[in-house]
Amino acid sequence: MELNINFRNAKSAIFKGIIVFFAFLITVPLIIVLGYIIKQGIFQVNWHFLTNVPAPVGETGGGIINALVGSFIMVMVAAVVAIPVGMAAGIYLSENPRTKLAYYSGLCVDILQGVPSIVVGIVVYFWIVKPLGTFSAISGSAALAIMMLPIVIRSTEQTLKMLPASLKEAALSLGVPYHRVILKVIVPCGFAGILSGIMLSVARVIGETAPLLFTAFGNPYLSYSITKPMESLPHLIFTYATSPYDDWHNLAWGASFILLMFVLVLNIFTKVLTRKWKVQL
Amino acid sequence: MSILLVVIILGVLATLILESLPTIKTLGIGFLWGKVWDPVSNIYGAYPFLVGTLLTSFIALIISVPFSYAIAIYLGEYNPKGWLSDLLKNAIELIAAVPSIIYGFWGLFVLVPIIRTFEMKIGVAPYGIGVLTSSLILAVMIIPYAASLGITLIRMVPSPLKEAAYGLGATRFEVIRKVIMPYTRSGLFAGVLLSLGRALGETMAVTMLIGNTSAVADSIKNAIFGPGNTMASVIANEFTEADHSQYLSALIELGLVLFFVTVVINLIGKRIITRFTNE
Repeated sequence: MELNINFRNAKSAIFKGIIVFFAFLITVPLIIVLGYIIKQGIFQVNWHFLTNVPAPVGETGGGIINALVGSFIMVMVAAVVAIPVGMAAGIYLSENPRTKLAYYSGLCVDILQGVPSIVVGIVVYFWIVKPLGTFSAISGSAALAIMMLPIVIRSTEQTLKMLPASLKEAALSLGVPYHRVILKVIVPCGFAGILSGIMLSVARVIGETAPLLFTAFGNPYLSYSITKPMESLPHLIFTYATSPYDDWHNLAWGASFILLMFVLVLNIFTKVLTRKWKVQL
Repeated sequence: MSILLVVIILGVLATLILESLPTIKTLGIGFLWGKVWDPVSNIYGAYPFLVGTLLTSFIALIISVPFSYAIAIYLGEYNPKGWLSDLLKNAIELIAAVPSIIYGFWGLFVLVPIIRTFEMKIGVAPYGIGVLTSSLILAVMIIPYAASLGITLIRMVPSPLKEAAYGLGATRFEVIRKVIMPYTRSGLFAGVLLSLGRALGETMAVTMLIGNTSAVADSIKNAIFGPGNTMASVIANEFTEADHSQYLSALIELGLVLFFVTVVINLIGKRIITRFTNE
């Protein structure tokens, strides 16, 4: 420690320089990736692109309506299942944090969060695809719902835990029954936090490909039936990106651009929501 | 509803074990270090995929650690507030938000040619796709996980500790090295574990970039620069093609291994964090 103070200061300055350099270097790949996707994708997108099914090889034109509709339906169905279940579990975890069941289900949320998405795909394949005998949109939704659950649960739990206890006590002392306290006081107060968790989970699963490979499978035609195979944006990108045809690559670039925009908008929306309501996730 | 969660996890475990029983029975533990994966002649060994998974994940981890530590130190200590740190923080969240399929697609068309030229320069077989390429993309993808946790932890270092060190005449570098780092070491390690868990299970970007060969590389050089396969990518590629039960069940056993490894890594990471934040 008997070193020259100038030397020590210089070392400190150099270290700061290295830290700043590395910290900001990470924005370079982000900008390159985003820039490239936007550059390649933005000119593919037009009305025709958004309203037509993909063209066969050799024909120009074609669009991604089947994937747009498919992603929309599957994510919606997944959300309809995952949101009530996730909120209920989140409320339970924040209301009864010390019970044995809360401990084990909390553990399960942690596990679920770490399960690779491909494994979810395998499991749903055996739960739904095999008994039904066909790939189907409903199985894709099930896989996505499982992916959404931990995020919805954790955000609900965190938000509700931050609400002051006096809120609940005031309502209870007025003689409001417990279930009404939860529905009319607790949940509305934490609504913004819960909603941003939901947005985040939608943003997360809309780009998931791996669990859809063996469940929704993909479909080159427009389909509204949830018991039939269905195309989705990320799966369309995967199939067309790995194909050897330039027309198909262009289609995939366009689809990537749309997917990226969805994710960006959802994230920005979540951001605005959390900032406005000052919730922390 | 909470019971449902427990049911889901147990169901996942039961399904994976049940469906992989045929290979567990016939091949036993030797499955894990069988070097040959040849579905046509009904020989299954997980060794190539274990090596591929570990190799890609660890290379990605080594690349990502300096970045995530730097981000954590910068946003946690040097510049915790203000527009610049907001900007950087949003950028990091954005990196985590971009779907992996988009990283894979971009990697396939932009990174692969670059790597190919690089490989030609240094004189190895110019595949372009391969373990190195996937590791690079993976590194970018996992940085946010360790970084955002690190930021929170570094901010939790009590200021009296830091102030005492400054009061003794320590420079900023010395405070970071001698006070902040020892204090947050276990937490930062947990962050790295969590990003390792991500890297192990990442499927799509790796599937598109790794080249998908099930052969064991003959040299270290080929293992890093040449194509390979990970557990997740082989499942993604071959699951729908698996035409007999043994083949399918071997793939599911890979899924089971993957499940176990990621679960254990995640739980250890989470445990360390809970202990850290409760202290």
